[in-house]
Amino acid sequence: MKTDSSPLRYLREDRLPTIWCTGCGNGAVMSAFLGAVEDAKLDMRKIAVVSGIGCSGRIGGYLKADSIHVTHGRALPVALGTKLVRPDLTVVAFMGDGDAYSIGGNHLLHAARRGDDVKAFVINNMVFGMTGGQQSPTTPTSLIEGSPLARHARPLDGPMLCATVGASYAARWPAAHFAELRESMKTALTTPGFCLVEALSQCPVQFGRRVTRNLPELMKWIESMTIRVDEALSRRSTGGKLLMGEFTKEEGGLRPGLGELIGG
Amino acid sequence: MDFLSGSELIAKGALTAGCRAFFGYPITPSSEIMELMAKGLPGVGGTFMQMEDEIAASAAAIGASWAGAKSMTATSGPGTSLMQENIGMATMLEIPFVVVSAQRIGPSTGVPTVGSQQDLMQAIWGRHGDQMLLVLCPSSFSELFSMTIEAFNLAEMMRTPVILLTDGHLVNLRSTVSTDQSYEIVDRKMLDAKNASAPFRTDGSLVPGFPPLGKGFNVLLDTLSHDERGYPTPSRAKTESLLVRLKAKLQNNIGKIWMHEESGVSDSEEIIVSYGSSAISARRAAEAARARGKEIALLIMKTMWPLDESQMRSILKGKKRVIVVEQALGQLAWLISPFVDDSELISVTSLGRPPKPEKIERVILNED
Repeated sequence: MKTDSSPLRYLREDRLPTIWCTGCGNGAVMSAFLGAVEDAKLDMRKIAVVSGIGCSGRIGGYLKADSIHVTHGRALPVALGTKLVRPDLTVVAFMGDGDAYSIGGNHLLHAARRGDDVKAFVINNMVFGMTGGQQSPTTPTSLIEGSPLARHARPLDGPMLCATVGASYAARWPAAHFAELRESMKTALTTPGFCLVEALSQCPVQFGRRVTRNLPELMKWIESMTIRVDEALSRRSTGGKLLMGEFTKEEGGLRPGLGELIGG
Repeated sequence: MDFLSGSELIAKGALTAGCRAFFGYPITPSSEIMELMAKGLPGVGGTFMQMEDEIAASAAAIGASWAGAKSMTATSGPGTSLMQENIGMATMLEIPFVVVSAQRIGPSTGVPTVGSQQDLMQAIWGRHGDQMLLVLCPSSFSELFSMTIEAFNLAEMMRTPVILLTDGHLVNLRSTVSTDQSYEIVDRKMLDAKNASAPFRTDGSLVPGFPPLGKGFNVLLDTLSHDERGYPTPSRAKTESLLVRLKAKLQNNIGKIWMHEESGVSDSEEIIVSYGSSAISARRAAEAARARGKEIALLIMKTMWPLDESQMRSILKGKKRVIVVEQALGQLAWLISPFVDDSELISVTSLGRPPKPEKIERVILNED
């Protein structure tokens, strides 16, 4: 049943169900976004949605919004062109880790450096899901298959990168941290300049193959690979874990101490 | 009359046509167009940004056009190579924008400072999948201005990307030229609210109305194959119908698209065919040969793709000698070869500069 408060009113119901696998985090992220739009009291008609290629890129096609599904990796420059011509609109870009950190890495770097007024939402499932589970730039080193050379790679920290080069706002939350993810997305939607929120999301089918396909176990495993920013700062160590939380201080730029944490 | 460079004529033409967004990346020999647009756009309320690469420049120009602005980028062969995927996106999404490709010599880095005409096939065929876009090539200084306006008009009218093909010679040379004439300016036809649920249904016109942003139309533009609602579909039948329409909207409107110049076609069984900067030499050679009593026909092509096949056939029909003048190893010759029968096709090539008129004249008069 559809009520006034149901997120279904923001979706193209004739396109449901989604193509996403059972247990996929994409639906939760899309739902958190719709919650954030409500929290920020934004009018969906004044939001332009750009999305890239991959499972995450399908979000734009499910939202009842002006949306454009573009080439792999190029959501950010398309979003910038849109925003510069229509500054009255809020322009959001949904990307996966392949989109934002691999093929589109250069655009991410420069969008954050320039302070493009675009809200980037990255669903990082640490794997190329749609193409069969190949490693992505965020696949944990311990899970990389292949030669010693391939296993030498370190995962890319997108929010840290963006915060370091000048993003107004950068944050990461596991998709399971729904309320915090929604709150961060709201902050991004209402903060001027380049904002990035990464949802560390579960892909039970393709990523699960490397860890576990048991969904609760997988979500706990993802939780166990993270540490809250505040806790890491007070311990003066990440303990080798991924930071979760906000990477920027209120007025933008990297929070004090975070750079040393990552460097050490 | 003004004394203007090719770059200045293109920039002036773009601003006259209503271009209000430019995204670029420096590359020889097109950087001056970018710099002129950077100077010209702020004064007319336009948007300019130098991007991190040509991929981003083409993507941002497409985003700007989605948002409703007439937009463009300018580059040269290596940059055009990088833009191809996004140009293909614009054909699929039916987003108008103009790409100026100022050609230089050679594959890879080649010689950046030496102009040429070697990216004709790249402009026509550079993208994957069955697709079609417009390739226009000015062949005089006044056309650098007027055909830039035409490129924007046709992009808007047909909802298609347009490649305006020129070269390092023309953008850098200067000439006295008048830009005082008035030109019709075409704006895209917008989508009616009542058609918002089927934004790609064209009811025979073949060109759907363009969806406005921010009005609650909720139109999805999808690079995936899509149906009339704009929804992605794996259906072979719907994909075929989309691809056939995208091609037909240009081919069936060839009368609005086709531009060429011809003279003496019925007077001679011999013809010179040329385009772009080479055409300037070809015209002069034809005049010189005619002055010496030699009857010779002339065809200067301006719409390089798609071709008006019946026009091409009727102009080239029965010609016994077809002298093709270009700065490439047979790209224009290949393009016109389907329309040349039982004739002797002679290539006059000069790779790094327009061929000297005298050289063409000697070929016309069999003096070589």
